[in-house]
Amino acid sequence: MFGDFFIRALVAGIGVALVTGPLGCFVIWRRLSYFGDTLAHSALLGVTLAFTMEFNIAISVFIISSLIALTLIQLQKRTNLPGDALLGLLAHSSLAVGLVVIGFLTFIRFDIMGLLFGDILAVTVDDLLIIWIGGAIILLILKLIWKPLFASTVNYELAEAEGLNPDRAKAIFTILMAAIIAISIKMVGLLLITGMLIIPAAMARNISTSPQKMVVYSIIGGLLSVILGLFSSLEFNTSSGPSIITAAFLLFIISLFKIKQTIKLKN
Amino acid sequence: MSSNQNILVKLKDAGFKINDKWLVQGVSLQVEKGKIVTLIGPNGSGKSTTAKIALGIYKKIEGAVEKFTNKVGYVPQKISIDWTLPLRVNDFMVLTENLKSEIIDEALSLTGVIHLKDKNLGDLSGGEFQRVLLARAISKKPDLLVLDEPVQGVDFTGEIALYKLIKKISDELNCGILLISHDLHTVMSATDHVVCLNGHVCCSGSPIDVAKNNEYKALFGEQASQILSRYEHKHDHIHTNEGKIKKN
Repeated sequence: MFGDFFIRALVAGIGVALVTGPLGCFVIWRRLSYFGDTLAHSALLGVTLAFTMEFNIAISVFIISSLIALTLIQLQKRTNLPGDALLGLLAHSSLAVGLVVIGFLTFIRFDIMGLLFGDILAVTVDDLLIIWIGGAIILLILKLIWKPLFASTVNYELAEAEGLNPDRAKAIFTILMAAIIAISIKMVGLLLITGMLIIPAAMARNISTSPQKMVVYSIIGGLLSVILGLFSSLEFNTSSGPSIITAAFLLFIISLFKIKQTIKLKN
Repeated sequence: MSSNQNILVKLKDAGFKINDKWLVQGVSLQVEKGKIVTLIGPNGSGKSTTAKIALGIYKKIEGAVEKFTNKVGYVPQKISIDWTLPLRVNDFMVLTENLKSEIIDEALSLTGVIHLKDKNLGDLSGGEFQRVLLARAISKKPDLLVLDEPVQGVDFTGEIALYKLIKKISDELNCGILLISHDLHTVMSATDHVVCLNGHVCCSGSPIDVAKNNEYKALFGEQASQILSRYEHKHDHIHTNEGKIKKN
């Protein structure tokens, strides 16, 4: 059934969009887009390690990204540096180390463009399993921590005072971020993963009046971006990642016009 | 002192400091079911800090705090909500606990903001938002209510009505209330126990006892003392809308 590479890419993309939709909303609400970028940059190191040790890419990226996330939390506690400086420090250090490691791996043929921008040809049946099983687990965990995570996003002290344990929810969410980057890296590429998280969610914010609606619209936006992006990628022979993100950006622009219309109607 | 079963939260010599500066120190108090404990004191005297210690928001504290319930409703003094969230009043009501629609409506009606149910939280005025905050805290039917200046920014008639509501909730739900207020007039008539703070407990007891206390007089002045003692008499009647007197 999944013999055709294009069908595989489509199924993979739909799986990714189902997960990035709700997670992306939290990335926007909690202002974590640079955190997402940092994890994505560190993914390069994960990928190179996977190649050196002949290990599964998704799992390797997940481990490295989680380590980077934990390092960030430790650095925040131990230094007085501002958060954005720490994020930049970790993002570029891990990216640089990853590139240096690639330099040593001259014996391996490396599709670096595919790594940076995604490659639909590279999606295998194994990748599909990782995306769909991993994605289902991420969504399940997100549903379980939804209440404390959302409440502490609105107001930390209220959540803490009323016994919801927001710190635990935050730690789990950090791990989920590492996981989504790990499973979507082949589709979108590590430079554009954060775009897949925040652009459909940003589009959804423009047209939603409640958090639930925003999640639903964000998922729909992600799905449309994947479908439009992959078909145009096939048509124009472009990389899958940039095509998907461009489609998402077009949807975002359309959502802006929607707003103008409603404002006109109100007046 | 009533039996231990009635205690909802108990602070023993509790204190909290940030960067070696004590915000409050040596506070002992307890909130029991059906009782209202009010914290008074000048700005920066540690009232909100004491409330946050009682709630368990501050964890690295000196002394001990014991909380015997997890059903807590909290109205913070300051709340900053990020408007990147599309959040209606209705969504805010179920923030920490899922509630039935009737229960949400009832709480919003009690605080007089049922008509705002579908409004965006960011579009409310300060007073309206304060009423929503109070509605959210009481809708959970909590064992312990912590209200940090719950009527700030509410209009004068609303203020009186809301304090009446707080008293009524304390009686009907038999919940304990830890109240922080600057309004000595309205609050003292309903309070069971007053704790006067100024970085530490400067005095505590029934409103009358506190009013007679010299440290309290020194802190608030003679005039405030007279306000408190006025509530010494017991009301045997209530005032109805038209200013008529109705016997209990």
